[in-house]
Amino acid sequence: MLKTDVLIIGAGASGCAIARELSKYQLDVMVADKNEDVGGDASKSNSAIIHTGYDASPGTLESQLVVAANPMYDKLSEDLEIPFERVGAILPAITDEQFEKLPSIKEKAFKNRVYDVEYKTAEQLLKMEPNLNPEVKGGLYIPRESIIDPFLLVVALAENAQENGVSFLLSTKVTGLKIEGDRIAGAETTAGPIEAKYVINAAGLYCDEIAHMAGKDDYYVNPRKGQFYILDKNTSCKVEHIVLPIPTKLTKGKLMCPTIHGNMLVGPTAEDLTDKVDKSTTREGLDSIETDVRKLIPKVNLRDSITQYCGLRPNRNPEGLHVDTYDDVKNYVNLSGIRSTGLTGSVALGKYVAQTLIDIGMKAPFKTNFIEKRKNIPCFHKLSRNDQNLLIKQNPLYGKVICRCETITEGEIVEAIHRPIPARSVDAVKRRLRAGMGRCQGGFCGPRVIDILARELNIPVTEVNKNNKGSYMIAGKVR
Amino acid sequence: MHNIQCDVAIIGGGPAGLAAAVSAKKQGAQKVLIIERDTALGGILQQCIHPGFGLTYYNEELTGPEYYGRFIKQAESLGIESLLDTMVLEVQPTGKIICVNSKYGITYVDAKSVVLAMGCRERTRANIQIPGTRPAGIYTAGAAQRLINRQNEMVGREIVILGSGDIGMIMARRLTLEGAHVVAVVEIMNYLAGLTRNRVQCLDDYDIPLLLSHTVTRIVGNERVEGVYVAQVDENKRPIGETEEFYPCDTLLLSVGLIPENELSRATDIEISAVTNGPVVNQFMQTSNPAVFACGNVVHVNDLVDNVTLESEIAGREAARYAMGSFPQVKRRISLETGNNVRYLCPHLLDIADMDEQITLYFRVLAPEHNVTITAKSGDAVLYKKKAVKVNPGEMEHVTFKTGEIPASSDCVRVDVTKEV
Ligand SMILES: Cc1cc2nc3c(=O)[nH]c(=O)nc-3n(C[C@H](O)[C@H](O)[C@H](O)COP(=O)(O)OP(=O)(O)OC[C@H]3O[C@@H](n4cnc5c(N)ncnc54)[C@H](O)[C@@H]3O)c2cc1C
Ligand SMILES: Cc1cc2nc3c(=O)[nH]c(=O)nc-3n(C[C@H](O)[C@H](O)[C@H](O)COP(=O)(O)OP(=O)(O)OC[C@H]3O[C@@H](n4cnc5c(N)ncnc54)[C@H](O)[C@@H]3O)c2cc1C
Repeated sequence: MLKTDVLIIGAGASGCAIARELSKYQLDVMVADKNEDVGGDASKSNSAIIHTGYDASPGTLESQLVVAANPMYDKLSEDLEIPFERVGAILPAITDEQFEKLPSIKEKAFKNRVYDVEYKTAEQLLKMEPNLNPEVKGGLYIPRESIIDPFLLVVALAENAQENGVSFLLSTKVTGLKIEGDRIAGAETTAGPIEAKYVINAAGLYCDEIAHMAGKDDYYVNPRKGQFYILDKNTSCKVEHIVLPIPTKLTKGKLMCPTIHGNMLVGPTAEDLTDKVDKSTTREGLDSIETDVRKLIPKVNLRDSITQYCGLRPNRNPEGLHVDTYDDVKNYVNLSGIRSTGLTGSVALGKYVAQTLIDIGMKAPFKTNFIEKRKNIPCFHKLSRNDQNLLIKQNPLYGKVICRCETITEGEIVEAIHRPIPARSVDAVKRRLRAGMGRCQGGFCGPRVIDILARELNIPVTEVNKNNKGSYMIAGKVR
Repeated sequence: MHNIQCDVAIIGGGPAGLAAAVSAKKQGAQKVLIIERDTALGGILQQCIHPGFGLTYYNEELTGPEYYGRFIKQAESLGIESLLDTMVLEVQPTGKIICVNSKYGITYVDAKSVVLAMGCRERTRANIQIPGTRPAGIYTAGAAQRLINRQNEMVGREIVILGSGDIGMIMARRLTLEGAHVVAVVEIMNYLAGLTRNRVQCLDDYDIPLLLSHTVTRIVGNERVEGVYVAQVDENKRPIGETEEFYPCDTLLLSVGLIPENELSRATDIEISAVTNGPVVNQFMQTSNPAVFACGNVVHVNDLVDNVTLESEIAGREAARYAMGSFPQVKRRISLETGNNVRYLCPHLLDIADMDEQITLYFRVLAPEHNVTITAKSGDAVLYKKKAVKVNPGEMEHVTFKTGEIPASSDCVRVDVTKEV
């Protein structure tokens, strides 16, 4: 039977950040996830913004975590080689009514200890962002709101954790928790039982189901859908900052911002659902994005969209981000309500949960040989011609371009497939390298990536999946 | 870094690049080099194993490989060089080409003139914004064609095809022959997007239903496609809710249009037409950068390879003349105007030299029409006039005239397609 000191359920941003933090201690750590790859659910379909926390509810745990996390990203992104950029956000007031709200938003930022929020005049804003609605009255500038590659953030956290000894059990769904007295003895999973001294529930949308297995039923989670457009890098109307609407009571609203790779991201919607597997975009949802974002950026051109997708925020009822421990289940940490800022907060959450474990009695000395840095796969198209040439001399596969839109080479793909946490599906390759994320959406590289996966993993092409089990790409060989 | 010098460099070794290379060499260019990212020459025709090529150029019905095979033979006997498995990364405004392969690494090619012949790519699900989930089993028709014909891999068993373009219809037949069941071909317009002969030979002959004025409104399935909703559309192409019906299937193929592949051209700073999405060219197939020529699907999407060959021969010939310093001296520029029911004209303009040149302007109509007159006029002069029983956006039309017929007082030629009354 598998045994571990700490079992983390869920390999999204939360689970992987916790795993990396715990890998600094002399502990056995295991992360189990039902998916075929690390990366989570919500963690791979979000706005990819590293927030400052300026608009959080002051005094809440969410505010603490986000405010604490934001400054960590400069070093983290360097250590783990994650694309990250401090582009800054603007919050333009288009109507007089919105203009009147600016002081209270600034005051709230102040209460959250985000002191660098500044007022900007209409003229200043239009200079910063020429495509802004010219009717803008003035607005706020939040310099440390930033953008990141969300896939690489989670993959990098996981890879670094793994290098420091954490094991990842993928395609492993936790189906039950075994409770003995006031402790959890272990978990039942689709890959067999796992004995654990501590169990952490980081299961996102499904954290209520895990909580139920631990005998806790004080909340439930419903999905809050967010739909998005991604626009071509060449789209006619672009922005350089994160352009945020003035929030209403109901929602943070729909924004437009650059992605870390130079596309435009437009969205998201906020639609409360009951069905946890409904990951479908809808005409109405997409149309509402257009209507709303036009108020900020009138010339946004959604016909330049190269993809539309949606993510499900784990919305806790009653609301609020919680890290709970219990007297009657002593070795269990329950995370819930990691809804709209969980990507940002993850790295602070990792530290918070590590401390929580210590608070409930876990004893573990620090490791003396923690490896702090992680090397990314060489990114061919970002190198100078000279360095590209050197790389090809070392490994000729870097001379073969497979994804023509994003200029991703076979060398990169083969390396991703053979990383310690391997990319074993078409989407796993895509998330790590962006092969298939460009304007032709895999029309060109898709067939080639399928063949490379089959060859490198030594499996028949019919076993190559898009992502999870059942998502086969090829139905059979031609007669 | 590896360096190569040549007279004419051709980017893309499909039918366009091959024809341009052969014609450049015949015109007298010394060193002609084709740069191709695939492991073999032939372009998209390598996966077009069906017959239907060469009907006008050779007066024969050939398969794709037979058609380009004839050009490869010529190219070989003329001593045309090619760099295969080599991706062009950049064409600088000076004409310098930067490309990469496994053998030489980063390679710089200095050419006296360049021919762009990169072909086109397919429009995707996202371009037409079909709502729903994002499961496996959604392919563009060309990608599916590659999988089946070059990689011997079947994409699925129960297939719905969206779009009645030629590739979609050809794939409907191909998949049927391989034992799959094509549930329907769904087309949003009230007319066929591709060639009528393909409808007859690929759909009707196999009893594959064609649903005109219908579209896919939603994709269903979490891991693999489980089906699609199909609805009739109104005259504004908006789905009519009540007509929505579920079609179980495991695969959705998209044949919803092609876009010229102009990433390189854009970076080269040459003028791109907003209508054809390809470089603006004159009758020499010369772009706004005088040393850069373009031909084939990179300029405008062609349905017949025969037309591609003809315009590519011009591009190759003129690129050779440019490289050798014998390019004609241009005297005046004639603009080309799209009149009634004309979507675009290719070439996009005429640069008139002294000689009396024979010009062919290719074009597509905006909407299908019966019993029309096609005219080309310049000032008071009628340069071309012909009746046609039927025109259709899916089939390219053309007009021809001689530059000498353009009146000296006029600087414009206009093409119209008008219904006879
Ligand atoms: C539309 C949208 C926009 C957002 N924008 C931002 C933003 O700009 N900035 C930001 O900071 N945050 C943003 N968020 C929030 C952020 O994405 C989430 O808070 C965060 O990703 C949650 O991470 P997680 O690891 O807790 O959950 P998830 O990523 O959902 O991971 C949970 C994991 O648990 C696994 N799991 C569940 N049940 C089981 C089981 N029984 N057994 C094994 N494994 C299981 C799942 O497979 C999954 O991998 C956004 C979210 C959405 C949806
Ligand atoms: C699926 C399909 C079916 C068809 N069926 C018929 C038919 O039945 N009858 C008919 O007459 N016509 C048919 N056609 C039309 C005709 O074949 C095409 O119009 C013709 O192939 C276009 O030729 P091309 O050389 O412009 O483009 P392509 O054939 O696409 O060639 C372009 C070449 O450029 C290369 N390339 C692109 N970018 C780069 C780069 N950066 N570096 C290096 N190389 C590059 C590509 O690899 C490719 O080999 C069909 C077309 C398609 C797509």
